[in-house]
Amino acid sequence: MKEILRLENITHRYHGKSGETLAVDGLTMSVGEGEFYGIVGPSGSGKTTLLSLLAGILAPSSGEISRHISPQEIGYMLQHDHLFEWRSIEDNVTLGLEIRHSKTEENVRYAMSLAKKYSLGDFMKKKPSELSGGMRQRVALIRTLALRPKLVLLDEPFSALDFQTRLNVAEDVRKIITEEGITAILVTHDISEAIALCDRIAVLSKRPARVKKVFDVPMKKALSSIERREDEAFAALFREVWKELEFTDEKDTKGE
Amino acid sequence: MKKIRKENSAEHAAFLRKERGKTVFTVAMQILLLLTFFLLWEFLAAREIIDSFIFSSPSKMWSSFLSLSESGELWRHVSATLAETVIGFLSATAIGLALAVILWIIEPLRRILEPYIVVLNALPKIALGPIIIIWVGAGKGAIIVMAILISVIITVINILNGFLSVDKDKILLMRTLSANKMQVLCKLILPANVSNIIAALKVNVGMAWVGTIMGEYLVSKEGLGYLIVYGGQVFNLSLVMCATVILTLLAAVMYFAVLILEKLVKR
Ligand SMILES: Nc1ncnc2c1ncn2[C@@H]1O[C@H](COP(=O)(O)OP(=O)(O)O)[C@@H](O)[C@H]1O
Ligand SMILES: [Mg+2]
Repeated sequence: MKEILRLENITHRYHGKSGETLAVDGLTMSVGEGEFYGIVGPSGSGKTTLLSLLAGILAPSSGEISRHISPQEIGYMLQHDHLFEWRSIEDNVTLGLEIRHSKTEENVRYAMSLAKKYSLGDFMKKKPSELSGGMRQRVALIRTLALRPKLVLLDEPFSALDFQTRLNVAEDVRKIITEEGITAILVTHDISEAIALCDRIAVLSKRPARVKKVFDVPMKKALSSIERREDEAFAALFREVWKELEFTDEKDTKGE
Repeated sequence: MKKIRKENSAEHAAFLRKERGKTVFTVAMQILLLLTFFLLWEFLAAREIIDSFIFSSPSKMWSSFLSLSESGELWRHVSATLAETVIGFLSATAIGLALAVILWIIEPLRRILEPYIVVLNALPKIALGPIIIIWVGAGKGAIIVMAILISVIITVINILNGFLSVDKDKILLMRTLSANKMQVLCKLILPANVSNIIAALKVNVGMAWVGTIMGEYLVSKEGLGYLIVYGGQVFNLSLVMCATVILTLLAAVMYFAVLILEKLVKR
């Protein structure tokens, strides 16, 4: 598998007036092209920080990040959809194109075709408030994909949704990303979500973040995330990851 | 109310009728209240229960109004005040908005100027009257400067607060789409603050009147504020009341104009 991204001994500190916070400490990881890579860690462990480092929004205090793609080819999907209420769905989807001055007819057509393909075609003229939470999250994904990223970073993108919607949207997102042949890094604190969606899962220690262990997910990529949840290997892997995570999580009640 | 479906049931029709009835009743009562007020005033003055030399009366105000408008003076005064207020209002809002944008863009400047802005806001602007008159001259200029000064600082503060309270994660989103600062401003900060800016407009309409009338008290030879001061000096209360009522009407009209603008923008 060709490597798309590599972190070597990354450390990151936040500096505030009341002191510094060591958020990431000596973290090393490598993500391959086309992979759906999961990162699981307790809340406040430094997952968002890690994604910001990957995206180049933050610069690490020390260590080396080698990207085999340009930062422009990285898409980022945040926990909340952050759709702009004053824009129609169509204009939300093309926001990134507008910002990058690449709102060409062809790119808009591509964005619209994505929207249509993932059943948002009828909602293009609507306002975000008229859409359900799951649909809004799909719009947010398509806003990201409209820029044709080679890698997308997903920061707990489903955690604001209710359980039922969450399973469906997670499956949709996985399908869209796999079908478009994009590499994805999914951050979550939900173990079952990580197993259902990802090919490999890195478990982070509690803050400061370090990779404790990387698990290969044995289920076939072709299965849907729902089918993966029913696979017998699921429960076994869940237990292993949970043990790893539970151990790091003990008595750490500090929130994010 | 745009979401009401076309195929109304009888029940819904009844509901609408009732709502309409309520509205009619409210408006009728409002008109009645106003009429009663003026009629009672007129009655008390006519019966000499109140002294119409001090309290004037609606009929005296009316004759004041007629003599003013016949001599053509009314329009001169009204247009002077109106022009000052509108210019003051528009400039204060534009300057305030521009300053807020500059302070949002240049963060160090914001930090440096913050205490000065707070202190200037606390300062009663009328105290600056004499200085303004000396600097700008005792004319229309001074009045407009007063109208601007009285609302520009609070405009900056309110609009800048709105800018700064835009969700940090939305700004992060813009950055993930590789937006520069100007794009964040134009595509996120400004559109997210439309209602905030309109709220500032609403406040400024009132403030501009205060500034203009205050300015006219200080310097002018014409305008409604001048009429009020002049009327007070010669103890012509009918003139004072008449000018005040006209002022009230104009202020209300301008306020409603802003409300209409708000409706248009928010559609
Ligand atoms: N901008 C910041 N300034 C200072 N500390 C921060 C900042 N962002 C996050 N942190 C701290 O870094 C740690 C990791 O945060 P984060 O990466 O958001 O964790 P996670 O996403 O895993 O919940 C937390 O202890 C948090 O308080
Ligand atoms: Mg986080």
